[in-house]
Amino acid sequence: MLDRYGYDAKILAGGQSLVPAMNFRLARPEVLVDINQVAELDHVTVDGEAVRIGSLVRHAAFEQPVVDGPLGRLLSLAAHHVGHLPIRVRGTFGGSLAHADPAAEWCVIAMLLDAEILARTATGSRSIPARDFFHTVFTTDLGPDELLIEARLGRLSAGKKVGFQQFSRRAGDFALAMTAAVLEIRDGEVVDARIAMGGVSDRPVRADEAEEYLKGQPPGRSSFAEAAHLAAGGFDAVGDIHGSAEYRRDLVRALTRRALEQATAS
Amino acid sequence: MTRWVGQSLLRFEDPPLLTGEARFVADLADKAAFLRFVRSPVPHGRIVSIEAPEGVTRFTGEDLAEVRPVRPLLHREDYKAVDQPVLARDKVRYVGEPVAVVVAASAEGAEDAADQVFVDIDPMDHAITAAAAVREGGPTVHDHVPGNVVVDARLSTPGVDGAFRTAAEVIEFDLRSGRESAMPLEARGSVAAYDGRSGRVTLTSSIQSPHVVRTIIADLLGMPESDLRVVAPDVGGGFGQKFCLAVEDVVAVWVARRLRTTVAWIEDRRENLVSAFHSRDHRYRVRGAFGPGGRLMAVDADLLCNIGAYSCYPVTCGVEPLMAMAEFPGPYDFRYYRVRSRGVTTNTCPMSPYRGVSRPVITLAMERLMDLAAARFGIEAAEIRRRNLVRSFPYTSATGLVYDEGSYVESLERAADAIDLPGFRERQAAAQRNGRYLGVGFSVFSERTGYGTAAFAARSMDVTPGYETVDLAMDPSGYVEARLGASPHGQGLGTSLAQLIGDELGVDPTAVRIVHGDTDRTPYGWGTFASRSLVIAGGAAKLAAAALRSKIAAIAANELEAAPEDIVVGGGVARVSGTDAGVTIPDLARLAYHSSHRLEPGMTPGLTAVATYDPAGTFSNACHAACVEVDPETGGVKVHRFVVVEDAGILINPMIVDGQLHGGITQGIAGALYEEIVYDDGGNILTTSLMDYLPPTVAEVPEIEIHHLVTVSDASITGAKGLGEGGTIGAPAAIINAISDALRPLGVEVNETPATPARLRRLIREKEQEERIPA
Repeated sequence: MLDRYGYDAKILAGGQSLVPAMNFRLARPEVLVDINQVAELDHVTVDGEAVRIGSLVRHAAFEQPVVDGPLGRLLSLAAHHVGHLPIRVRGTFGGSLAHADPAAEWCVIAMLLDAEILARTATGSRSIPARDFFHTVFTTDLGPDELLIEARLGRLSAGKKVGFQQFSRRAGDFALAMTAAVLEIRDGEVVDARIAMGGVSDRPVRADEAEEYLKGQPPGRSSFAEAAHLAAGGFDAVGDIHGSAEYRRDLVRALTRRALEQATAS
Repeated sequence: MTRWVGQSLLRFEDPPLLTGEARFVADLADKAAFLRFVRSPVPHGRIVSIEAPEGVTRFTGEDLAEVRPVRPLLHREDYKAVDQPVLARDKVRYVGEPVAVVVAASAEGAEDAADQVFVDIDPMDHAITAAAAVREGGPTVHDHVPGNVVVDARLSTPGVDGAFRTAAEVIEFDLRSGRESAMPLEARGSVAAYDGRSGRVTLTSSIQSPHVVRTIIADLLGMPESDLRVVAPDVGGGFGQKFCLAVEDVVAVWVARRLRTTVAWIEDRRENLVSAFHSRDHRYRVRGAFGPGGRLMAVDADLLCNIGAYSCYPVTCGVEPLMAMAEFPGPYDFRYYRVRSRGVTTNTCPMSPYRGVSRPVITLAMERLMDLAAARFGIEAAEIRRRNLVRSFPYTSATGLVYDEGSYVESLERAADAIDLPGFRERQAAAQRNGRYLGVGFSVFSERTGYGTAAFAARSMDVTPGYETVDLAMDPSGYVEARLGASPHGQGLGTSLAQLIGDELGVDPTAVRIVHGDTDRTPYGWGTFASRSLVIAGGAAKLAAAALRSKIAAIAANELEAAPEDIVVGGGVARVSGTDAGVTIPDLARLAYHSSHRLEPGMTPGLTAVATYDPAGTFSNACHAACVEVDPETGGVKVHRFVVVEDAGILINPMIVDGQLHGGITQGIAGALYEEIVYDDGGNILTTSLMDYLPPTVAEVPEIEIHHLVTVSDASITGAKGLGEGGTIGAPAAIINAISDALRPLGVEVNETPATPARLRRLIREKEQEERIPA
């Protein structure tokens, strides 16, 4: 179907972004390809050191941990911030990635965990690293003939600590900013740090500088504040009517520090 | 005998609303062709041409040249009338102004056809803010009003300068209120149906004032009013946005007559946010002179109200600046007052009154003045109010308004007790030691409600609203029908009036049917707005019911061979006082119609009564108190507690009163924290969906704790005072004062709404930067 109709076709999963866009007549696809009956896409599978998440898994499925350990906890923390309950019951993990709203929780998680995103055409498939997947707002590496099949997330070892913080105007709104963090602390020293932010730029972003800085630092208020400061300065901030670029940086500074503190407290 | 007044009866209006039986305009459009308005994409410019492809049925301002422009009038020297063509002629004056209308078989078809209409406009310089519009050399929105000031009112008592000279402290600040939409759940819309047999048009429209709309449309189209029937079906909220005339309704009637058919215009949310009346958007400079101990002596205020591109019919754009000027003093006692209040046209969507009208902003201004002064004098926020509130009644304000009995000080004391102010201060201090910022804010206000013709006449309105009439009939079956000119649209007025009438007539409220919203069925009236219907239509209902009861008593007296004054009507029976002798009311009704030969000679058959009520008005009052926590790093505000002590006199239906407060306070919180219509520099609206224009949800609104005081005033014959707007009036000041209280340790004072997180962060960041740069 995708081969035949190309850009005139749209894949319908949970429909929580596509259907409103159609209602506004912003999206006017000629053909909808409904994948809701494709049972093979609705799974969470532990596969060695990776967890494969099928594209049809609904947001609400993650509210209770889908796997043991820090990964399940992180996904659960993020899931509670996705929209409202009716949205979480219908909307899907894969749909969220493919839609590529820079303020979508799953896009930030994919970025944070260097997800490998599996796309398939009628004739073949390929795996796309998260860093290459998100191009800009609502735009990904997916071609018109490709269907997003699943995302593979690295399973976080038991010692990792996770934090997820976001700020939105109202409960359930898209975040003005969010930070997800994974820390590993050994012998009073940060040995691994990952920080990703959403809602602040044209795509989810990683705080590379802050991550580098944290390695070897003792966890605590001052190192976290410095990391937060680096994170806030480390991306192309966008402003909109809800806040200037400067405000987005203020938020990232606060949320990053809090996510790191939340991680160490967990 | 049951007394219905004072009971929280479940609303009779709700079952159809809850079961899907209600009928809104969009439910009534199934046989109609659809209209879609082509709207200006530029804020100001000359129309060069309007072109549509072959096959698109479209009409422009030229086609409607015979339709008179809307010209709302005030008979004041300082008011400049402006004309609004129902479709733009020659010039456009705001983004969203209707320039043409297309007709198609379906809503989608009409939308597609409208997209194909090409409007060539030669753009001109534009002014979006009132400040820009009054600036020297700015653009001129209406050619005959250079400078763009359409209302320029001044008022001054003697002695203002002297008070400022001798003041112990002068507090001066600027205040800005954001532009809001009243955001009714149901957007606007209408169905205009031409009837070939009678030549009449029935306009079914989502409005608050059917008779007024009938008058103006008939006037503009030059047709007899009797050729037009206006119906307001179930209306999903108005809050003022649906009170003034929508030019789209005029066009709908014109097209229906022109094409001799039925046409529908069903507004979507985007169109509503862009082109339905906006409101608020005031900028004030306020100075207050305080004597020793924080006693307010004088206020000097410069008020600038952005009124948008046109004036609104019938109240005119004068309503905002003139009400702001007259009611600015609020519940505070001071003698020296000077004010200049201007209404300014700009290249923005026209404004009309929204729940509270100017009072959410003037209350915010007075309450900020009180808190800033309290901080300056180092006294508690409650204490400075105690020292300045009006205490004796009737009270004549500095602007000559007469306040009937209220409970201003008591409301404050009750609110301060309810939140345990000393305890709160301790918790606040403890929280601050842990880096948390809590704050409390008070807002005390008086609310002029239920005012009649005299009050509107004082504004020199050409069309002077005021009275309401209730036409009451008991039919032969003993059931009652009350027909009103008021036009409730969600307030539960029908239930409240049925309770009032039930008590007067001694019948169950379920035996009373309230008819409204149909000009063919109801006496001429002004509709529902300005917290007036319960007081005025309620008063008229009580008077009509009392007249009908007298007639029932007279018939019963004749039947029972007793004196009319010995007849007691109640519990469905008219009885001779102190005896068992009685006749049921249905029997008396049957008799009045079907055995009129048994009535006393000369008595008219039937049971009907008409009464009109036109009171001077009555002031309700309240104190709101909010407890908030501000996160200084994100600018986020959490409202922990919201307490209201409200005095609306006698409560007809306490549940409905509380519901009005809940809704009003939610809209007040919306204005304080969330909702704002934002224009960019190019005059485009950026807030065109509910992802950008943010009504709070149940998650953002705290539990609202309500306490009632009951001060009975003889200014209202039912003892009830109006209360529809109070929640919206008081809440913004309570919230903004609470935020300022929380952030005072950081040196931040907030004088702008909405206090969005980004705005609060900017204020905090500025203070952080000041601290980093040593002076």
